[in-house]
Amino acid sequence: MAVVEPFAGSRPMEANRFSPYSDNGGTVVAIAGEDFSVIGSDTRLTVGYAINTREQSKLFRLSDKTVLGSCGCWCDVLTLTRVLTARLQMYNHEHQKVMSTPAVAQLLSTMLYYKRFFPYYVSNILAGLDAEGKGAVYHYDPVGHYERNHYYAGGASSALLQPFLDNQVGLKNMTNATKEPITRERAVAIIKDAFISAAEREIHTGDAVMISIIDKNGIKEERFSLRKD
Amino acid sequence: MAHHNFDRFAAGPLWHNGPTPGGIYNFPGRQVEDSGRFQERSKQPITTGTSVIAFKYDNGVEKGVAIAADMLGSYGSLARFRDCRRLCKVNNQIIVGAGGDYADFQYVQSMIEQKTIDDECLDDGFSMKPRAIYTWLTNILYNRRSKMDPFWNNFIVAGMQDGEPYLGSIDKLGTAYEDNIIGTGLGMQLGVPLIREAIERKPLMSKAEAQQLLVHTMEVLFYRDARSFPKYQLGFITPDGVTISDPLYLDNQKWGFALYKK
Amino acid sequence: MASVLCPEVTPPGFSFENHQRNAFLVKKGFPAPKATKTGTTIVGAVFRDGVVLGADTRATENTIVASKNCQKIHYMAPNMYCCGAGTAADTEFTTAAISSQLELHRLNTGRVVPVVTANMMLRQMLFRYQGHIGAALILGGVDNAGPHLYNIYPHGSSDNLPYCTMGSGSLAAMAVFESRWKPNMSEEEAKVLVRDAVAAGVFNDLASGNNIDVCVLKKGTVDFIRPYQVANEKGQRINTYKYKKGTTVVLNQRVIPIVVEEEVVRKVPGPDSEESMDTS
Repeated sequence: MAVVEPFAGSRPMEANRFSPYSDNGGTVVAIAGEDFSVIGSDTRLTVGYAINTREQSKLFRLSDKTVLGSCGCWCDVLTLTRVLTARLQMYNHEHQKVMSTPAVAQLLSTMLYYKRFFPYYVSNILAGLDAEGKGAVYHYDPVGHYERNHYYAGGASSALLQPFLDNQVGLKNMTNATKEPITRERAVAIIKDAFISAAEREIHTGDAVMISIIDKNGIKEERFSLRKD
Repeated sequence: MAHHNFDRFAAGPLWHNGPTPGGIYNFPGRQVEDSGRFQERSKQPITTGTSVIAFKYDNGVEKGVAIAADMLGSYGSLARFRDCRRLCKVNNQIIVGAGGDYADFQYVQSMIEQKTIDDECLDDGFSMKPRAIYTWLTNILYNRRSKMDPFWNNFIVAGMQDGEPYLGSIDKLGTAYEDNIIGTGLGMQLGVPLIREAIERKPLMSKAEAQQLLVHTMEVLFYRDARSFPKYQLGFITPDGVTISDPLYLDNQKWGFALYKK
Repeated sequence: MASVLCPEVTPPGFSFENHQRNAFLVKKGFPAPKATKTGTTIVGAVFRDGVVLGADTRATENTIVASKNCQKIHYMAPNMYCCGAGTAADTEFTTAAISSQLELHRLNTGRVVPVVTANMMLRQMLFRYQGHIGAALILGGVDNAGPHLYNIYPHGSSDNLPYCTMGSGSLAAMAVFESRWKPNMSEEEAKVLVRDAVAAGVFNDLASGNNIDVCVLKKGTVDFIRPYQVANEKGQRINTYKYKKGTTVVLNQRVIPIVVEEEVVRKVPGPDSEESMDTS
């Protein structure tokens, strides 16, 4: 706000202190199906009330079976993903095979906990196929706690979207819901609809969504426009 | 953390556990508590430059990146130094523009110059590409922020990458992104909206049109940024190479509204 | 305490009854509630025959959009409107309070109220509260002396300008004015310029967005266009989200019949009947 706050600046020394973190917004949503995973992120990168760029996907393709969605403090995202990619490369050279999604999930957790007392301020969601070819979604807290789930929303709009996913994907608290596995079309549609709603009500989410659909044939990417205000 | 005594770039001690040239020496047995105050210098910028703005243009015939920065070095609210060049040519396909602390910029500039010399010495006919400098600067800045001793700068890397215009930005935390239009500081608040609108209206711009838009944006920035100055430099990176102009002046200012009768 | 039968007349102005208690609670770590901010782009520009005001319609509570179509151009008098940025409640109540005083002033004097009068009243009120009323205003109007535009800050200072912007999108909007405003524009030129200034805020400032409202004031006429433009169309959802009947669990059911004990019918006289109330 350009408006002068009555008591703003009453602690000038505090205001001037260097902070190594910044919040650059971004939202990631992932849904796992029987034999596929879908993960989407918006493409808006922000600082304060300004838009840095409208074209920054937060999805990082780690292999043909694994995609990481990562947002929060963007400088930490860049560093974390760069180091992670290097570690995967090293594994590749050492073992002559691509690391499996559950193994990447464990590696990421270890890397986050390594920075326990100067954490990466990052919200991570890992989507892919596990060793049996089943869809898998892992989500993390900034210091390495992680869990496998069927669906998850992380980042700026997570508080808006997680209840929606609990209801539409998790089918929670409904008496007559038939619990059959989610189809790929429905998963993609739910992710698009979720981002449309998030862009309506959360100011750091908007511009466009990048969606990656992971199955045994590889990764397909899709782009979808959102409102730009 | 007393790493200021173990700076990678500093010379070694004169004898074992002895003083280093230019370093601070504690006599043995009388260890002075490190107050950590030596690092505070970099916790706030001293002599500063304001915004840098840049954008890509391409109309099918002419393409490249246009970049501009004014030449003021502010000392707090004092307009202290009036000939600070904030655009630097790295090689024949890269310009780096900087805002924020001018001393930090000069230090980083000297590192970049050394890199360029090393690159030239290889004499392999290749030269660094802009994305290489961009990634390198991202790492340098992220490392310093992680030591809680940041380089207090915003850098814009503009260049030609494999024949295509390239533009990237890095802030003091190591937050890095690439885009077609980039502004730092007040340039982001005031300049970028104007350029985004102009490019939306006319996506295919010639070099002359890009220059006109850039100069106009510098003028608006001068009207509203209290740390700006009417003396500035323009830089262009095209497939033909890099040009940085001599100092220019905003000589088309409009102050007609001051005559508005109340 | 005042009794129910004889209520005490509350003194005019704010009630500070709970101030001390709230300060104590804050000190004990109980946070004070947050007010809705308009997180705004508001602008105004003078043209040849009048003033154009413009505003976006987004209100925010921190990072959440609280309202997608809130009205930030407030009525002041028949010849005057006022854009408000800052704390939503403060802008609404401040403009409403001054608006009612202006109407009394108009009735007392029987003349078109000068815009300076409204400016002075707003400044005096805001200055009295030393910035605690977080209202940043752009006051525009036309009186017998011509068009006027005032920029009023929360602490009570003000500025008479040919074009001005306020709120979090004020820099983006001001960049547009600084590059394109000129004296003696036509009404259509001014409207387009104001739209573009607000649009710069809408698309470049996250706290501004949704629609663009425009209000054109000329001598004797007001043209309030709301919305002037829907800056962004809402995305079309793919799925429908209707629930089958019986989705909600019924844990138990109990029916309490309503017993009618008595029925009374009373006739209310219509406005045209002879018994209608005397309101003269």
